[in-house]
Amino acid sequence: MTHGSGTTRRAGRRPPRSLHPIAWWLWAASLGVAASRTSNPLLLLLILAVLGYVVAVRRGEAPWARGFRYYLWFALVVVAIRVAFRSVFASASSPADHILFTLPRLPMPHWFSGVRIGGPVSLEATLSAGIDGLRLGVLLCCLGAANTLANPKRALRVLPGALYELGVAVTVSISVAPQLLDSAQRVARARRLRAGSAHGLRALRSIAVPVLADALDRSLKLAAAMDCRGYGRTGRASRGARRLTAALMLFGLLALAAGSYGLADPNAPAALGLPALVAGGVLCAGALALGGRRVSRSSYRPDPWQRPEWLVTGTGIASAVLLDLTAGFDPSGVNPSLYPLHWPSLPVLPTVAVLLAALAGVASPPPQPDRHRSPRPEAPTEAEPTRAAA
Amino acid sequence: MIDFDRVSVRYADSQPDVLREVNLHIPEGELCLVVGPTGVGKSTLLGAINGLVPHFTGGTLTGRVRVADRDTADHPPRELADVVGVVAQDPLAGFATDTVEEELAYGMEQLAIEPAVMRKRVEETLDLLGLAGIRHRALRELSGGQQQRVAIGAVLTAHPRVLVLDEPTSALDPSAAEEVLAAITRLVHDLGVTVVLAEHRLERVVQYADRVLYLPGDGSVVSGAPAEVFARTSVAPPVVELGRLAGWQPLPLSVRDARRAAGPLRDQLPAAPVRPQPAAAELGLQAAQLLVRYGDLVAVAGVDLALDRGQITALMGRNGSGKSSLLWALQGSGPRQRGRVSVAGTDPQQLKPAAARALVGLVPQTPTDLLYLDSVAAELAQADRESNQPEGTAAAILDRLAPGIPTDRHPRDLSEGQKLALVLAVQLAAEPRVLLLDEPTRGLDYSAKHNLVSILQELARAGRAILVSTHDVEFVAAAADRVIVLAEGDVVADGPTAEVIVASPAFAPQVAKILSPLPYLTVAEVAEALA
Repeated sequence: MTHGSGTTRRAGRRPPRSLHPIAWWLWAASLGVAASRTSNPLLLLLILAVLGYVVAVRRGEAPWARGFRYYLWFALVVVAIRVAFRSVFASASSPADHILFTLPRLPMPHWFSGVRIGGPVSLEATLSAGIDGLRLGVLLCCLGAANTLANPKRALRVLPGALYELGVAVTVSISVAPQLLDSAQRVARARRLRAGSAHGLRALRSIAVPVLADALDRSLKLAAAMDCRGYGRTGRASRGARRLTAALMLFGLLALAAGSYGLADPNAPAALGLPALVAGGVLCAGALALGGRRVSRSSYRPDPWQRPEWLVTGTGIASAVLLDLTAGFDPSGVNPSLYPLHWPSLPVLPTVAVLLAALAGVASPPPQPDRHRSPRPEAPTEAEPTRAAA
Repeated sequence: MIDFDRVSVRYADSQPDVLREVNLHIPEGELCLVVGPTGVGKSTLLGAINGLVPHFTGGTLTGRVRVADRDTADHPPRELADVVGVVAQDPLAGFATDTVEEELAYGMEQLAIEPAVMRKRVEETLDLLGLAGIRHRALRELSGGQQQRVAIGAVLTAHPRVLVLDEPTSALDPSAAEEVLAAITRLVHDLGVTVVLAEHRLERVVQYADRVLYLPGDGSVVSGAPAEVFARTSVAPPVVELGRLAGWQPLPLSVRDARRAAGPLRDQLPAAPVRPQPAAAELGLQAAQLLVRYGDLVAVAGVDLALDRGQITALMGRNGSGKSSLLWALQGSGPRQRGRVSVAGTDPQQLKPAAARALVGLVPQTPTDLLYLDSVAAELAQADRESNQPEGTAAAILDRLAPGIPTDRHPRDLSEGQKLALVLAVQLAAEPRVLLLDEPTRGLDYSAKHNLVSILQELARAGRAILVSTHDVEFVAAAADRVIVLAEGDVVADGPTAEVIVASPAFAPQVAKILSPLPYLTVAEVAEALA
C-alpha cells in the first residue's frame, strides 16, 4: 500500500501514540451495526472503503497489524459460498425472475421434496445472495479492522478486573504458541537421529509425546513463576458475593447477546433490540464492579482516554445512529428492493453518515513505529535452541 | 531474614524425607550458596523459602519456615511475592508477558502498585541491570544472559528483600555468566538484598558467597562459612580441590587467593605435566567448506574440520556462535548449503537416516527430544530394532555407561545424568564411528560430569572420533585432547587443549589460572605430578 509517505508526513505534526484499544473496538462495532442496517451494495462497499482507508493510515507495523488482507479474503470467500449455495439449493422463484442459466436437476425422493437441488438460477436470487454475503463480509472486516488497529493484548488488558483471569489465559496462550512450535520443530528434527520414519501413527506419537511433555513442563513452570510473582492474590470477597457476581454476569451476557441479535436483525421483535442491550449492559456492569473488588492489581502505563479517543468513538457511533435513522425515513435508498431490478442509487444522508466514520483516520494520532523488532536481526532460535528443562 | 525451624519435607509417604529436621538462619544481606549433588533437595530447600514447597508442589512440610516474619504455612507464594523474589532455572519458561518492559512491570501489577511508582521502578531496574537498550525487545529474541537478567529484574521491581535463584548460570557461556553474576553481586552490595542461590558450576560463584549451605544427601543441611564447609564437601570447585590437595589453610576460594598461596607449589611441580603423546591416528571424519545459513544469517561460514579416531575434541564458543548448527550439519540431519562431509568415504547426508546414524551419532542439546516411550526398557528395545542389532545391545551399553538404572522407570523421571546415559546408549546401539554431543554437561553435577569424562574416554579408546560442544571449561580441561573455538561461524582457534584454553582469559580453567605459567589444567594432573 502507498500510505507510507503519508504516515511519516503526519508523524511530523502530531506525536505518534497508540489509540486506546476500546476506542477502536467501539468505532469498528458501530460500523458493524451500520453495515447490518443496510442492504444497499454501494453503501456496503463504501463502509468497506472507509474501513480500508482507516486501516491503511492508522495501523502499526506489529505482526497483528498485517492481518486485514486475510479478513478481506475471508469476506470474499463468504460471498462466494453464499452465492454458490443459493445457486445449488435453488429456492422458489417468481415468474418475473430473470433466469441466468439452469443447473441439472438432482432428482429427490418424494419424502425429501422440501429440498431442491439444481434447477434454474435467477439473477435476483444470485444478487440477493451476493448482497447478503457482502453484508456478512463487511461485518467480518469490521472485526478485522478492530484487530488490526488495536493491539489485541492491550485490548485484553483493559478488561475489567473480574475478567482478568480470562485475559491472562488468552495472553499466555498467545505467547506460548510460538514456543510450542519451536519444540515441535526441534523434536521433528531429532526424530531423524533415531532413524524414525516421518509418517504414520508411530511417528506422530514419537513427535507428540516429547512436545506435549515439554508443553506440560513449561506450563507447570509458568504457573509456579506466576504464583511466585503474586498472580491471584486474593482481594476481599465472600463466597456469596462471588456467586452473585457469576449470576449477574451470566444473565447480563445473555441479555447482551439477545440485544445485539435484535439490533443486527431488522426483523427481530423491538423488545430484543436496544432495551435488551441496555439491560444486559447494566447487569454486566454490576457484575464487573462486584467482581472487580476481589482482584487487587494495577496496570502499568495504562492507555489514556483523551480527545482523539472521544472523537474516534464519536464518529463511529454518530455514523451508526445516522444510518439507522435514515433507514426509517428512506427505506428504498438504504434497503433497495430487487423487484423490479434496478441499479441502486447512493442516497445522500446515509453516504454522509458512512463518510463521517472515515474522519477517524484523521482524528486519531499516527501509530507508533514498531519497537518490538530489534534494530538488527539476532541469531535465530535455531542456533540456540530452548534450554533443557533440568 | 530466613528462618527454618525443624523443617522436614517429604513428597510421598513411601519415600524418605528430602529434608530432615533442618534448622537454619540466614541473616539479612547475605549471599548464600546452596551446594550438593543432584537430587539431594536443593530445589526443595529453595522452594520452601517462599512456600512453593508444599503449596505448589504438594508433599508434607513439618516445622516452621519464616521469611521476614511471615510464616509460609499461612502465606502461599503469591502472598509472599512482595518479600521473596524467585528466579527459576529456565527464565524463558517463567515469562508471563512478551516484552522486556511489560515483564518488568508484571509482578508490580499483581501487587497493585501505583502506576507512577511502577513507571519509576521499571526505569530504575532497567538501568540497574543494564537492560535499557533492549526494553522494547521481545523476550524470545534475547540471548540467554539477557533473558536471565530480565528474569532477575522482573522480580526485583517488586522490591523483595530476599532473592532466590536456582542455577542462574547453568545454561550460559562464561561471559554471559559473568554478566549475570556481576548483576547479582551488585544487588547484594548496593541494595542489601539477601540472595539464596543454588548452582552446579561452583567455580563461577564460590568466591562471592558469604555462607554455604551444603546438602550431603541424607536430608541434613550444613551451614557455615565457605572455607569451613568446603573443607569436607563431596562437591567442590577445582580451586578448592587444589587447595585441599596442597593443604592450604585457610582454604582459598578465589583464583586470586589461591594464586597467592600457590608460590611454593609452583616451585615444587615439574615444568610440565606428562601427557601421553597422541599416536598417529586414523581419520574419523573429514569436512570441507561447510556452510550453513538461515536466510541472511550465516551460522557456519565455510568450516574445514578433521576429526581423528580415538580423540575427544571440544567445540567451544559463545551462545549462538554456530556450534549446534555445525554438529547438525556434520551428522547430516541438519541443513547444509555447501561443502562436503566424509565418514569412511561416504557423506552421511546422502544416506537414509538409519545408515547415517550408523556412521555419525548425535546427542542433541535436549536429549529428551529423542525419548517418547514410557519406560527405559521400551526405549532400549526400540533402539535395538532401529539399529538392526540383536536384542539387548542397547541395554548392555547402558549397563556399562550407568549401571543400576531401573529399566521400568519412565525416562522423564530419571536424573539429568541418567537421561544423558540413556540417550547415549540409544545412539551408541547403532555403533557409529563418530559421536557428536551437543552441550551434554548442562544440569550435571561434578560426579555426573566425572562419569561422563570416563565414558567418553572409554569410547575414544574404542576408536571413535568424538566431538563435544560445551561451555564448561573445567569439563574440557578434564576430557578433551583438542579444542576448537568458533566465533560467528568461523574457526578462530584449533589445537591441543593445553595450548588453546590456557591462552584464553575466558576459557582458562581455574587450575591453569592458579599455576600459570605452568601448563597444568586439572587437579588430577597436579596430583599425578606430585605423586
